[in-house]
Amino acid sequence: MGPKLDFSVVFDALPALLWGCVGTFQLALSGMALALAIGIGGVLTRNSRRAPVRLATITFIEIIRNTPFLVQIFFLFFALPGLGVKLDPTQTAILALGLNGGAYAIEIIRGGVQSIPKGQTEAGLALGLHKGQVFRLIILTPALRAIFPALTGQFIMLTLTSSICSSVAAYELTSVAQRIESDTFRSFEVYFTITGMYLAMSWILMVGFAAIARRQFNYPTR
Amino acid sequence: MNQTFGLPEFGFLLGGLKWTVLLSLLAFAGGGAVGMLVALARTAESALLRRLAIGYIAVFQGTPLLMQLFVVYYGLGLVGIQLPAWAAVAIGFTLNASAFLGDIWRGAIQALPRGQTEAAQALGLHYRARMRDIILPQALRIAQPATVGYLVQLIKGTSLAAIVGFIELARAGQIVSNTTFEPILVFGVVGAIYFVLCWPLSLYSARLEARFAAAMR
Repeated sequence: MGPKLDFSVVFDALPALLWGCVGTFQLALSGMALALAIGIGGVLTRNSRRAPVRLATITFIEIIRNTPFLVQIFFLFFALPGLGVKLDPTQTAILALGLNGGAYAIEIIRGGVQSIPKGQTEAGLALGLHKGQVFRLIILTPALRAIFPALTGQFIMLTLTSSICSSVAAYELTSVAQRIESDTFRSFEVYFTITGMYLAMSWILMVGFAAIARRQFNYPTR
Repeated sequence: MNQTFGLPEFGFLLGGLKWTVLLSLLAFAGGGAVGMLVALARTAESALLRRLAIGYIAVFQGTPLLMQLFVVYYGLGLVGIQLPAWAAVAIGFTLNASAFLGDIWRGAIQALPRGQTEAAQALGLHYRARMRDIILPQALRIAQPATVGYLVQLIKGTSLAAIVGFIELARAGQIVSNTTFEPILVFGVVGAIYFVLCWPLSLYSARLEARFAAAMR
């Protein structure tokens, strides 16, 4: 018995799948924005002079990096209502992606900040810039440029990880595909197609990030 | 069924843990073997082999692991190969791990100074001896921190077998959570077990990296 492939159900479901792609982009981009915010804020708390703040940040990073995303999102999904936080599955997924991506972003951005020579801070302060300005203009911008490939690589991974959010029924491509699969029983055809869609999405993100890098960091280093 | 979370439930989680560890070992062994071929193809002189390896790595790194598991799982059934669930997911994890390990080892092979290869060639060593005795022993040493670090990713990744329905630690957690109605406690314990498994590896990887960084200076 040879394999019988029938992609017609996939063609019929194409609009739904493309909307699923939009859902994945929305989920992933929101998650990235939150991760970037946590990443930048986390660098400050990770380097804080107060030991408890520093320790709390390190604990957060280590817990996130050493447990599976699936367990993290289940935990959030069940723990948040207990804390009185009412979020729908998609919002829970964004929070989970943001926390997960944020933990990695802190370590990546911190590496970039450490690569900036100390003299640069001192030079900025000597020029009369505020501490905030020094951090934003003289430390963060060159640091972000240095770590941009690593950070965006992590963000693309986050987009792929977002497929796991289907397990709490967030609105994204994989959960759309699961619905179509259970209606049509064409499991292989559906998953094969959306695997191609994920590949296309990570390619689009790669090209997009490269364009941002050319625009934003296009200044001479010396 | 409405039980509380007690010793039998914890034992059930540990039964799942056994499968998580087994799956991880299988994927690491299989992924290591295939990954070595990927790394060699990626650094081969033949442009065709190199391009094939680049494509292989790009596909597996550019799509979700969950989709890879689904495609392998349902694809095997479609071509009439009936495998137990654990074997099907093990194949999926092996393919995924081979792309990531292949890319890590590719980087390490390329990090070696070109003179190593040239010196080996000048000594009349053929490809096989050159790789086995000169290049790979050094490259795998350089790749040690990243390889151990990847092991953490791999262990965490095996949790996705739960979505396919295979009972490992994460799926065992779901089952216990459904019977005890204590999801926060159960997933907290499941997370803690993963942490105990992964954290030492993370620390070891970081220590190896620090040691290499110090040696480079």
